[in-house]
Amino acid sequence: MATQQTRALGRIAVAPSVIALFLWMIVPLAMTIWFSLLRYNLLDPNPACSPLTPWALTDPANRCLAGASNYYYFLTDPAFFRAIGNSLQLVGWVLAISVIGGILLALLLDQAIFGRNIVRLMIIAPFFVMPTVSALVWKNMMMHPVSGFLAWLFQLFGLQPIDWFAHAPMTAIVIMVAWQWLPFATLILLTALQSLDEEQKEAAEMDGAPPLSYFWHLVLPHLARPITVVILIETIFLLNVFAEIYVTGSGGRAGNMPFLVYQYGLISNDIGGASAGGIIAVILANIVAFFLMRMIGKNLEA
Amino acid sequence: MARAVSTRRRMFFTAFAWAIAFVIFFPILWTILTSFKTEGDAIELPPKFLFFQWTLENYGIVQERSNYLLFAFNSVVLALGSTIFALLIAIPSAWAMAFAPGKRTKDLLMWMLSTKMMPPVGALIPIYLIFRDFHLLDTRGGIIAVLMLLNLPIIIWMLYTYFKEIPGEILEAARMDGASIGKELLYVLTPMAIPGIASTILLNVILAWNEAFWTLSLTTKDAAPLTQFIASYSSPEGLFWAKLSAASTMAIAPILVLGWFAQKQLVRGLTFGAVK
Amino acid sequence: MGTIVLNNVSKSFGDVVIIPGADLEIRDGEFIVFVGPSGCGKSTLLRLIAGLEDLSGGRIVIDGVDASDQPPSKRGLSMVFQSYALYPHMSVRNNIAFGLKMAGLPKPEIAAKVARAAATLNLTDYLDRKPRQLSGGQRQRVAIGRAIVRQPKAFLFDEPLSNLDAALRVNMRIEIMQLHQSLGATMIYVTHDQVEAMTMADRIVVLNKGNIEQLGSPLELYNRPDSLFVAGFIGSPKMNILENNTIGIRPEHLALSEKSGEWEGTVMLAEHLGSDTYLHVDAGRRGMLTVRASGEFPVGPGGKIWMTPEKGRIHRFDAQGRAIR
Ligand SMILES: Nc1ncnc2c1ncn2[C@@H]1O[C@H](COP(=O)(O)OP(=O)(O)O)[C@@H](O)[C@H]1O
Ligand SMILES: [Mg+2]
Repeated sequence: MATQQTRALGRIAVAPSVIALFLWMIVPLAMTIWFSLLRYNLLDPNPACSPLTPWALTDPANRCLAGASNYYYFLTDPAFFRAIGNSLQLVGWVLAISVIGGILLALLLDQAIFGRNIVRLMIIAPFFVMPTVSALVWKNMMMHPVSGFLAWLFQLFGLQPIDWFAHAPMTAIVIMVAWQWLPFATLILLTALQSLDEEQKEAAEMDGAPPLSYFWHLVLPHLARPITVVILIETIFLLNVFAEIYVTGSGGRAGNMPFLVYQYGLISNDIGGASAGGIIAVILANIVAFFLMRMIGKNLEA
Repeated sequence: MARAVSTRRRMFFTAFAWAIAFVIFFPILWTILTSFKTEGDAIELPPKFLFFQWTLENYGIVQERSNYLLFAFNSVVLALGSTIFALLIAIPSAWAMAFAPGKRTKDLLMWMLSTKMMPPVGALIPIYLIFRDFHLLDTRGGIIAVLMLLNLPIIIWMLYTYFKEIPGEILEAARMDGASIGKELLYVLTPMAIPGIASTILLNVILAWNEAFWTLSLTTKDAAPLTQFIASYSSPEGLFWAKLSAASTMAIAPILVLGWFAQKQLVRGLTFGAVK
Repeated sequence: MGTIVLNNVSKSFGDVVIIPGADLEIRDGEFIVFVGPSGCGKSTLLRLIAGLEDLSGGRIVIDGVDASDQPPSKRGLSMVFQSYALYPHMSVRNNIAFGLKMAGLPKPEIAAKVARAAATLNLTDYLDRKPRQLSGGQRQRVAIGRAIVRQPKAFLFDEPLSNLDAALRVNMRIEIMQLHQSLGATMIYVTHDQVEAMTMADRIVVLNKGNIEQLGSPLELYNRPDSLFVAGFIGSPKMNILENNTIGIRPEHLALSEKSGEWEGTVMLAEHLGSDTYLHVDAGRRGMLTVRASGEFPVGPGGKIWMTPEKGRIHRFDAQGRAIR
């Protein structure tokens, strides 16, 4: 393929990206690990350091070694369990909604319908909406307990309007986030579906294959790979949902891991605690990623 | 070959699809409509769909009160700036990985992908402190650097998949014609990959435009893009729905238009070439 | 000038040895053809000469200068690729001019050279078109135009005609030969088609599994193949190989008779080409033979015939497939 000379140049050419990404990954991670071992609060310049700590840092921030105590406090904080639970719920529900809904919608859009392109445009649109906008539009105009559009709809059908963010904040967040990711799944699966050979479809119809068995034996296997891709990518993004929770102010009850770490650090100024939380989030994400990659690694090969 | 489909079946699916599309699109439609209402009409129940006093005043007020244009300008600068800087280092990298691959190129690509799996909260605290100490908080340069690193793996992956489709012989022909590697990249590879590069830019402008975690954490005013501008409506101005809607419409309109053009690229870019 | 000397040149990809070691002296102005079955390493050898691949061992000397470590751009060679490898985003004019621009020639000089090359190749009317607007044959000419403007020390062709249809291939073959005569430049031409090799070459290099089986003029290879491999590869229809691979006789070197001869056989099939007739003959214990008869031949399938090998036209081989002389 290439000569040693081009390969040498190639190494020079990849170097900037690799170095930049490596630093971007490793420097903050190392610092986060280091901070997570410190007692370090931006608002409390004089933490009670154990006099026995020979490492006691006498820098302006008055940081001192805290051992594993940050981890201890973070892991025993009831907010931590809530955050983990919320993170998993959010990922689980949105994945379920977007994958199942996405398959159904893709199958529908793959039919011969009038105005398919316009329908597709309308369905994909939410994916392009900035998360902060989606959060505010849903919180106010859609889900407001008195003047929201949903409240009116509920009343129209004789139902009691729901005060979403007071009584079911997690459900509200799931709806909002699913609204953004269902279109993504639909678009990917539709693209994959359209690459299914037209002749194959015709052959199946000629054979008179019942729709369900046609779906089960032909369509679903064809979609296996795109579905795994959707799961992988959505999981990456869904674990990191932040703006929707931050902007709607529902972090107290629906806060996930990213929000909790943000709260520790940038609101409570507890750098040590936030860093411990960050490391825990990294570990959790890696566990998820590990299983995910293994589960779908086979599917992504070739 | 078009399949013969009964008209009834076709009408049924059409009606069904339009209904669902309408429901999904409704929040956006509703936002746009509300932006043309007076504040009174905006919270009126039952809701007014089309028959209300149409007005443009919300747009004027939004610009006047919160200087929409500055935020929009920041969004453009951050989205384009981060994408272009990323391209500058991504093009050579993708070239090398596509045309002079080594034994570990595949691993390198997977590793780059894996950096996207790192949750941003793991880096938030140190980046925040570094930014604070180097006076980068709320500066465009700082955010551009972060957004660039954030999207670099996707950009490299996308370019890589596009470059892979270019026959290596053409680059070799340039080499035989006496072109140095730099000229080969500049005069042959890049022009040939223009459609792919344009797609890459499009997708990454969209991603950077909508990026909210870092922009909300690291900006306040001077470098703040539209994500922050909208977030500032969370309270108490959020109560003014017509203005919130006008601001929202302005924040999403440009990207909605770009996004509609970018559907194909989006599929390819976000699936790392796995679905085309 | 354009002499190229390969000195024990070898190439491996990882552990796989593609070229074990090749020695070759290519003379100035020579038209030399590398021929061999596909996958035998022809392209690899050509790309080694071009500098598109690194040598695993040995030396390449171009015009007396060791070029082994020079990048392609420094070797002063031009290459025409099988896929043409035209720059799709450039006009024909710019495709041809690209190499000259890279060399930093002044604009008027580039224009003059491009015009001359275009005139030679009948491309003048197409200079402002993009490659995708050209036919296969025209693209081929552009690729050649791109090669000739730079006045290289030698031309390298990698199966340049394999993407053309049969009629065009014959035309282009002649054009390339005329070009060779008018330029007098060294040309190395790779093909898997022995007819191309025979008709075009001054000398032919027959490659087999990366080894040079034989080097010689077309007629030398035809008349005195060094090995069973060369004997079977050169000539059409293929040489008949008999007696456990120890005897070879070409179809055109068997005299036919309806009455008598050395070998007896039954016609199984007759291919009528008009000018010739090829008979596929079952010669009993000798096996199946192909025989060429000039013009029409009256005996059809099922008929008995006798064949007599021409004097001195029998090739003998030893157990290793080497020719015995
Ligand atoms: N870059 C490469 N890496 C590994 N093997 C290669 C490479 N290029 C060619 N080969 C192998 O070398 C052998 C010769 O290839 P090539 O020179 O292209 O044959 P030819 O041109 O005679 O058909 C083939 O078996 C091919 O698979
Ligand atoms: Mg070849």
